[in-house]
Amino acid sequence: MKLRQKRFMFIVAAVVGLAAAVGLVLNALENNVSLYFTPTQVANDEAPHGRSFRIGGVVEEGSVKREADGLTVNFVITDMHKSIPVVYKGILPDLFTEGKGVVAQGRVEADGVMRADEVLAKHDENYMAPEAADALKKAEAAKAAAATPASAPAASSTTE
Amino acid sequence: MGDGTGVAYFDGVKKLAINWFKYSAPTTFYGLAGKMIPWFAVSAAILLAIGLYIGFAVAPADYQQGEFYRIIFIHVPASILSMFLYLILAGYAALGLIFNTRLSAMMASAIAPTGALFAFISLWTGALWGKPMWGAWWVWDARLTSELILLFLYLGFIALHASIDDPRRADRASALLAIVGSVNVPIIYFSVQWWNTLHQGSTIKFSGTSMHVAMQQAMFITLAACWLYAIAVVLARVRSIILERERNTTWIAELPEVKG
Repeated sequence: MKLRQKRFMFIVAAVVGLAAAVGLVLNALENNVSLYFTPTQVANDEAPHGRSFRIGGVVEEGSVKREADGLTVNFVITDMHKSIPVVYKGILPDLFTEGKGVVAQGRVEADGVMRADEVLAKHDENYMAPEAADALKKAEAAKAAAATPASAPAASSTTE
Repeated sequence: MGDGTGVAYFDGVKKLAINWFKYSAPTTFYGLAGKMIPWFAVSAAILLAIGLYIGFAVAPADYQQGEFYRIIFIHVPASILSMFLYLILAGYAALGLIFNTRLSAMMASAIAPTGALFAFISLWTGALWGKPMWGAWWVWDARLTSELILLFLYLGFIALHASIDDPRRADRASALLAIVGSVNVPIIYFSVQWWNTLHQGSTIKFSGTSMHVAMQQAMFITLAACWLYAIAVVLARVRSIILERERNTTWIAELPEVKG
């Protein structure tokens, strides 16, 4: 083998070995590298007890309630399987909206409510013009309206 | 006659091959780079103007972020370039180690400052955007942290190269650092898939793009402009590195701009 081929093989072997080592380390660190726990992980008792940590998910639709002092906010973080109520006193980021991503840091008290010290909004990867977003919402509403007639009679019969 | 064309073809191939390797020598590459720089620089400036015009005047506001999203026309190209330039740098460093060619190591040294600049722009614009949008300048999530490590790798490469006086030894030592550091690039790219991060996932995917058309056009045009800018700057820098390192050679003494 020529010297340059030897050097090439050496570099390839070194990079492959290093990548494998780093991969194993990162795999072992998995939960520590992640920024937050999901509500399901918290429900499965994978989150730490007695110290502050972050929960990430979506702000449940219709769950945001502001208290009379104007600063304290109650909302629910959900991952569509489990959900955790959060209380936060402070200024919310601009992107904080119902149905959108959120990451809250704080302690989960014995009553299962998180007292958050910090609330961050998590943006999604979609970029749209407002008109396009409106159109999308209308299309979804139309679809929902088209789907309801099947269930509507049942609902009305129960009320009668 | 059949023989004749065959020989001509063979000669052509041989000529192509010779020309290709000819430019891997600093002597010839110096002149070639000098001729290419204006083309890259001018087209970079034109495309940047077009891209920013579309980005700021034509593309609509975002339905959630309003005007703030326009950071992507700088942030995304800078981030992409910072990662690609590192891979190219590591590739040149490896070529230099394997073939012992002078120009490869010079190219690696020439790329490093531009890569570091793009990594810095990516982190800086991201922080400026993060405060109003996320509510924090900085979080230690996997994407942000690995991009910060990329900036440190660039700075480490530059510092290590500068700390060794013998340029050939400096090339070899910093090449090893560059190759080892290249493991970080896929970690940056896949961090948003592998772990829970505050940074959003990729908008531009192989399966398609979740983005308005004018926004896409503006972003891809500024991306192309950043590429052309990077090439122009790297070529200019490699020319001065060649001049500096080969200053004692006759071919440099005979250059019109040196003689003049």
